[in-house]
Amino acid sequence: MTTLTAPPVRRRNARPVWMGQPSRASQSLKALVIALIVLVMLYPFVYVIAMSFASREAQASGSAFPTSYSLDAYRSIIGGGVVTRSLVVTALVTVVGTALSMLFTTTLAYGLTRTRRVPGSRTVLVLVLCTMLFGAGIIPNYLLVRSLGMLDSYWSLVVPGLISAFNMVVVRNFFMGLPEELLESARLDGASEWRIFLQIVLPLSKAVLAVIALFYAVGYWNSFFNAMIYLNDTAKWPIQVVLNQYVVQGTALSTLQAPDQPPPPGQTIQMAVIVVATIPILLVYPFAQRYFTKGVLTGAVKG
Amino acid sequence: MAVLERPGAAKAVPGRPGRDRAARRDRPTTSVWERVRRERWMYTFILPGLVFFLVFAYLPLLGNVVAFQDYSPYWGITGSTWVGLDNFAAMFGDPQFVRALTNTLIISFLQIVFAFPAPILLALLLNSLVSDRVKRVVQTIVYLPHFISWVIVIAIWQQVLGGAGPIADLFSTIGIHDVNVMADPDTFKALVTSQVIWKNVGWGTIIFFAAISAIPDELYEAAAVDGAGSWRRTWHVTLPGLVPVITLLLILTIGSVLTVGFEQLLLQQPAVGADAAQVLDTFVYFRGISGGDWGLSTAAGLFKGVIGTILVVAANRFAKRLGTEGLF
Repeated sequence: MTTLTAPPVRRRNARPVWMGQPSRASQSLKALVIALIVLVMLYPFVYVIAMSFASREAQASGSAFPTSYSLDAYRSIIGGGVVTRSLVVTALVTVVGTALSMLFTTTLAYGLTRTRRVPGSRTVLVLVLCTMLFGAGIIPNYLLVRSLGMLDSYWSLVVPGLISAFNMVVVRNFFMGLPEELLESARLDGASEWRIFLQIVLPLSKAVLAVIALFYAVGYWNSFFNAMIYLNDTAKWPIQVVLNQYVVQGTALSTLQAPDQPPPPGQTIQMAVIVVATIPILLVYPFAQRYFTKGVLTGAVKG
Repeated sequence: MAVLERPGAAKAVPGRPGRDRAARRDRPTTSVWERVRRERWMYTFILPGLVFFLVFAYLPLLGNVVAFQDYSPYWGITGSTWVGLDNFAAMFGDPQFVRALTNTLIISFLQIVFAFPAPILLALLLNSLVSDRVKRVVQTIVYLPHFISWVIVIAIWQQVLGGAGPIADLFSTIGIHDVNVMADPDTFKALVTSQVIWKNVGWGTIIFFAAISAIPDELYEAAAVDGAGSWRRTWHVTLPGLVPVITLLLILTIGSVLTVGFEQLLLQQPAVGADAAQVLDTFVYFRGISGGDWGLSTAAGLFKGVIGTILVVAANRFAKRLGTEGLF
């Protein structure tokens, strides 16, 4: 037994021979810099989440981390009131908007995959790419939305940003990379373009569709400016506008809470509003994260 | 013509029902109308998207005529009186506009100097790590703030750095009271730049990672054999490999020097005041949508848009002259 030599195991992270060993000093310096970066990135999140659970006494003691916890802040903003309503609005806009954006983006992307065969489609592609270079400006966009009668309507949060040219290019590039023979053979078998799109192209593109859907969903969840300028009716405000009004600008908090609740300390409530506005993103983020690089790079700038 | 490319398509499947149609495809003299008719279903894919871009990207361009009008919402674009370049003259004579333009340029300059190189440095640092696992964990963490809205970012920063946050507490324990970085006009531009770095540095590394991974290992090996240490390999192999990407992104950055974090500044302006925080976009918003001075603010927006487009095109041409690929 002892005469058997173990097979040469190559460790996954084995460094190539030419690389040489790093010095102790440079290793510790790197570790220090990275620890610092991680701290700066994470501390604000950890602090806000921890403080949102602080009990009244812990909040009053003013330490960097709470010593005792309570759910008062969440109880007072969830069960009714402005925050609850704005969360529902935001969730609906996010779901409907993402679904419509995906529909319009993928169909346009597929329509523009065969620019050499479909007369006129190259012109459309150039028109779309040009929109990445310039925009009309804030006022003309506002005037358009107003003249379409979408002021104070939830459609103003969805329709003007329905297709992102960048996302369309990402999806189109992915579609173009699908094996041409597959689509051609389906065509010869008599499949219609719509059938090819629904039954071959879309199922093969799940990875890129997941990334783009996440981008759209995050965009809708985070959308602030459109809601601020197009919705005058405060009852329609999504969570980001509420967050700005009550946390960033510091307008009085009283209307935020559900009626007949004893008010917890204002700062704790602010933290809790931040947390509920962030949670959905923190939840979906780990699932889609592994696709990011692929999704972003297939679309990298050139059309 | 593209249709010529598949001469074998019809012959490869004799006896198929689609043969006749496929055979027609081979005729070199297909008229455009014929091709349109054959691909008619493809137009059902294109049409909705085309309508969207025409209405929401191209139609508003026409709305810029308001810049040459004494626009009143009551009369509308067709009924308002034309004033020629009066709005532009008034704009350049307006100290607030000049202030906004200066602030925009200062913030842009700070971002090109500090925020632009940050992802490159971070990518180089992470690339020099040997452990894939550490690399991936750090990446996950630094990407995170990119997905959070500016409202949330500013709200979080306010809690940590604001007058009631732990940093101010820390300062007051060592005897410095009333530190509120979030509301200090003097340091505001530095604050804005650090916020941009915090939010975007991680996400910005993605494209540099891709460029780094495209550099062949043999180059590093050859450099090492020639006696280059890790610093020299970074300097002589990695950085030159990144030059095309850096040029490309620099073009984009230069094209948007007049666009600096609109939401970011809009949200923080009340705390620090317009003198420090007014930029072109917020000027347009406050003058136009809140202030009702439609003509002048549209003129400011048009000025910004036109200069921006000229800058991108010029920078792109310059990059091509330097021998890099350019953007378009």
